[in-house]
Amino acid sequence: MANLSTNFLGIKSPNPFWLASAPPTDKAYNVVRAFQAGWGGVVWKTLGEAGPPVVNVSGPRYGAIWGADRRLLGLNNIELITDRDLEINLQEIKQVKRDWKDRAVVVSLMVPCQEDSWKAILARVEETEADGIELNFGCPHGMSERGMGAAVGQVPEYIEMVARWCKQNTRMPVIVKLTPNITDIRYPARAAKKGGADAVSLINTISSITSVNLDSFSPEPSIDGKGSHGGYCGPAVKPIALNMVAEIARDAETRGLPISGIGGVTTWRDAAEFIALGCGTVQVCTAAMTYGFKVVQEMIDGLSEWMDRKGHRSLADFQGRAVGNVTDWQYLNLNYVTKAHIDQELCIKCGRCHIACEDTSHQAITAEKGGVRHFEVKDEECVGCNLCVNVCPVENCITMVPMRKGATDPRTGRKVTGDYGNWTQHPNNPMSCKAAE
Amino acid sequence: MALHTRKGGSGRAVSAMGLSKAQIAANFSDLHPPLDAHEARVESDRCYFCHDAPCMTACPTTIDIPLFIREINTGNPDGAARTIFMQNILGGMCARVCPTETLCEQACVRNVAEGKPVKIGLLQRYATDHLMEQKRQPFARAKATGKRVAVVGAGPAGLACAHRLALHGHAVEMFEARKKPGGLNEYGIAAYKATDDFARREAAYVMGVGGIKVNYGKALGKNLKLEKLRRDFDAVFLGVGLQGVNALGLSGEDGPGVDDAVDYIAELRQASDLTKLKVGKKIAVVGGGMTAIDIAVQSKLLGAEEVMILYRRAQAKMGASPFEQELAKSKGVVIHHNLMPVKVKKKAGRMAALICERTTERNGKVTGTGKRVEFPCDVVFKAIGQTYTDPTGGVLRLEKGRILADAERRTSLPGVWAGGDCVYGGKDLTVASVDDGRRAADSIHAALMG
Repeated sequence: MANLSTNFLGIKSPNPFWLASAPPTDKAYNVVRAFQAGWGGVVWKTLGEAGPPVVNVSGPRYGAIWGADRRLLGLNNIELITDRDLEINLQEIKQVKRDWKDRAVVVSLMVPCQEDSWKAILARVEETEADGIELNFGCPHGMSERGMGAAVGQVPEYIEMVARWCKQNTRMPVIVKLTPNITDIRYPARAAKKGGADAVSLINTISSITSVNLDSFSPEPSIDGKGSHGGYCGPAVKPIALNMVAEIARDAETRGLPISGIGGVTTWRDAAEFIALGCGTVQVCTAAMTYGFKVVQEMIDGLSEWMDRKGHRSLADFQGRAVGNVTDWQYLNLNYVTKAHIDQELCIKCGRCHIACEDTSHQAITAEKGGVRHFEVKDEECVGCNLCVNVCPVENCITMVPMRKGATDPRTGRKVTGDYGNWTQHPNNPMSCKAAE
Repeated sequence: MALHTRKGGSGRAVSAMGLSKAQIAANFSDLHPPLDAHEARVESDRCYFCHDAPCMTACPTTIDIPLFIREINTGNPDGAARTIFMQNILGGMCARVCPTETLCEQACVRNVAEGKPVKIGLLQRYATDHLMEQKRQPFARAKATGKRVAVVGAGPAGLACAHRLALHGHAVEMFEARKKPGGLNEYGIAAYKATDDFARREAAYVMGVGGIKVNYGKALGKNLKLEKLRRDFDAVFLGVGLQGVNALGLSGEDGPGVDDAVDYIAELRQASDLTKLKVGKKIAVVGGGMTAIDIAVQSKLLGAEEVMILYRRAQAKMGASPFEQELAKSKGVVIHHNLMPVKVKKKAGRMAALICERTTERNGKVTGTGKRVEFPCDVVFKAIGQTYTDPTGGVLRLEKGRILADAERRTSLPGVWAGGDCVYGGKDLTVASVDDGRRAADSIHAALMG
């Protein structure tokens, strides 16, 4: 049985599945239920500074987009940080950590950009004996208008400054949670590292409007006829998150910086992908908000089963294994040739591959043969783009088959050499140079 | 062996129907063909992962159905199989034979949403087949405890109990009256529900956990005594099933041409060549439960010209599920309601007809109307239920003719547990027997380990 336990910055948890700082971690009641269900850790919903708590809207806080069969694919929210009293939160955190010593309890924080404010809250959190803190530099809505959240996360200098304040004023490990609402994620990550942060977590939610009501002309979720952009999350954002994680994992300046991966983790497979891109833990919110805390059982069992099958005894065995395979486009092998292949046994003859290719791509798939519906790839036209694979409703019906060394590509008439050759070496590239021997 | 001559009759108008092997093979192929990977993916995608899922509540073994379906959907069919086997080690057979339309699938919220439940049974089969085909055991045994437990009867209850006991680390010795394990799975289930020798393969898989020894040809009350088992073992589990068959109460019912459906199905299940199995031309089946459907449908598939089911109450009271009734009708079986047999009519010593009387029900009581109907037939099958015949010499407390057992399946006798059809309150379902076996094993374990 694979060992799923994690040690992230010295914070131990029985599995890498943490609940992200969000509505599910706002109260002891929820967090205890999560631990009972098997979650390895939580990042407590963001605490603000002492004084009157923030006020949330009392209308709809969430908007969504759905896939077929109303499967929730993306969720957007306009909820602010915790609107509960700071003292109550601190008491509950202390009690929960005392009762659940083997689970990770990290506290998310967001206070005004002044050292005294941070100093004050850090001292209070330390008293709870929580395992660490996460600096919320990500919330794109509401708090950012007050100079916090994403307003800090979008300015690398502020990130570095606050991270440094925190490191100077607490013994707790410091995780900086990054906003994706920037141009290049490497800059805020580098700033966090420069400021001394022990880790980064990402992504926070993406600024979004999920829909517009065509009767009232209000964006959704609508508060009395008006809407505000919210933070977008859920399965739909995973590709964005994976890329940002990979960028940090392979950046020369931040390589090796511990990462807690967030963004659309819904199944064990999503988690394994984040870990393969270097993450030490993953944080989940939308999957829990859609299916309840029990969903973690599938994640734990699925990850464990896959690790057993692959012979990975611990997470370390495959953590970061995909990082080296993320490269720049210019280094992709231009001599690698694939052709789509349609398994006629599996084909249900819907014709989607054909029309996608015919109308929008390379006219490389037939529609009929001998007067009957028949979908087959014309190798002499196929550029290997993979669009047909992606639109086919049957898994593994269309596959991309690499051409063997020595074969001739009927499209280009060129022989497949089996040699590696990228754009930097390509004759069409005016800047090309000979490959280093 | 000619079945219908076994009970003393001879020269009857029954013989093999001369169907070709190919026709028989087609007739007895899988009732519900398994899902392929694509179908399983699409179907598993339909599950809503309900909270406190109604399907799970409806399952007698409380399998975590939403979890196993989600595991299938996330590409983890082996994990799904473990989730199933955790609660029901005979999950493979139950996936095939459970009346899902009256259990999990009836409870599926998709029924309310669009009248089409998630195909839970077929998904369960997909997952369990996936693991069993790799010959991988789902669980490892705990360290040996040194305790020895006797399990009498290698049917669903006995197998489930033995497996769980073995998992707990106990040494299990099974005693089975017949030559093969499986009980009704091997001898009683309709052939088209457990194709490819599945009952035998499943029993072998279950016992593959280790720590289980089986003694065949050992029948309680005959060459096996409860007292001795109690002396020789730390605990005893009885899963002996039902051996008796209810009588119609007609003169001539012991003669030729009248047979027990259960016996005939057992013979059918064990026949090496169904083209040679004798079958009546015109068959009257008396009863209204699953066995009545099973014998009627299989008779038709064997080539019988006419098969009718005669049930003494109204259709709504039939024990067979609507799905099963439809299945029978689709195979050409005619179902008559409100008819009770009153007389067997013979001609030259052979079965000629079953004479029935029309019935009405008043306050749940069936009474004859005096109006008689004659059903010409050459074979009558009794499918009106089985009875418990006490093989313990009256040492166990019974309730309504079956063994009394508590929620943990403890009998009135210390150190003796019981489960399956022989226990009062049983549902006469494979899945309920499995639940009994598992519960009893956990109770035995708790008792032995203190």
